[in-house]
Amino acid sequence: MDKRIACHCCDLLHEVRPLPPGGVALCARCGAILYRYKRNPLDRTLALALTGLILFIVANSFPFLAIEKAGLTRQMTLATGIFELYREEVYLVAALVGLTTVLLPLVELCALLYVFAPLRLGRRPRLLAPVWRVMARVRAWSMMEVFMLGILVSLVKLASMATIVPGVAVYAFGALIIVLTAAFAAIDPHLVWEALENR
Amino acid sequence: MSPTAKEAGLAACHVCNRLIPVSELAATGHRCPRCGASVHLRKSDSLARCWALVLAATIFYFPANLLPMTHTGFLGKVQSDTIMSGVLYFFASGSWPIALVIFIASVFVPLLKLLVLAYLLISVQRRSHWRPAERTRLYRMTEIIGRWSMVDIYVVTILVALVKLGALANIEAGPAAPYFALVVVLTMFAAMAFDPRLIWDRMGDEGN
Repeated sequence: MDKRIACHCCDLLHEVRPLPPGGVALCARCGAILYRYKRNPLDRTLALALTGLILFIVANSFPFLAIEKAGLTRQMTLATGIFELYREEVYLVAALVGLTTVLLPLVELCALLYVFAPLRLGRRPRLLAPVWRVMARVRAWSMMEVFMLGILVSLVKLASMATIVPGVAVYAFGALIIVLTAAFAAIDPHLVWEALENR
Repeated sequence: MSPTAKEAGLAACHVCNRLIPVSELAATGHRCPRCGASVHLRKSDSLARCWALVLAATIFYFPANLLPMTHTGFLGKVQSDTIMSGVLYFFASGSWPIALVIFIASVFVPLLKLLVLAYLLISVQRRSHWRPAERTRLYRMTEIIGRWSMVDIYVVTILVALVKLGALANIEAGPAAPYFALVVVLTMFAAMAFDPRLIWDRMGDEGN
């Protein structure tokens, strides 16, 4: 395998060398991150992806937020917002919210499990190359952490108007953000490239 | 200093980082032999695509900010709010941290992103040699902060889902919402279309 890597930001060629624990390789010219040291990458990625899938199911099936005002109560799940936007015929926004907060995070979780469960067992998943490409594409459009900030802003917005009660799903959603970020941080892409190389 | 991949006659796959000799690209149909992603020496038509997306986003930026984002019905009165009127409301009512979050995420960041991308495009087209490392960092910053502009779209989603209490209180999405969503999506695509390596390619062009 080629032992060189080109900086994705400025194209400078670098020799790939093993890193000490916790080490990060930076581009000598523009400072972009080239690669990082990974501890126990297969086990970690897989464990975090599995945890993420459980959290995803909880976050999507239990009440998310509830509003109480003068004896009236209304509960919402994650999907309620998407459904209401669809009903009000704001289709573009409904689709975008559905993709970025539900569908693409699910795609990411499934892709992680599809790639790393077989690799952990020493096998190469058959569709490794296309799934890995999809995963690289989808990452930028999965925006759960931005949604979380949206929840905080909404809470403050509504605080003077009514009582807002957070549900179980909000906590699961918060945990899912951390777990999914950690799962992606745990990946050692070199392992995937090696698996792709040895077909 | 070591050469760039381009100077060494190599193209890097943006998905799996494999280096492919440029002379072999045509034979593989511009596909990475390792992962099958499409490989080009530089993102194709980077400048033209980025300009087109920046201009389109600039056009949509106006209706996104001028039209109402939400219609709020509260005890029989209906009030329409633009992004800016929401910011001013929070500022006046004393929750200035929230006012600041909405202002930065919804007004300032999209505008900054459009200005930064336009500046980077012009600097590349004018073959600028000025501070390439800083310009690259500026690009990385726009790539990272762009997604946070989605926050207002999510706030509208949550408000619309929760505040459905009949005659008492009712919030509906306004006409600005789809325009605003377009601004965020188009600026994200614009940042992806820009190839920061072009900043550095110009540095090697001393001879021309």
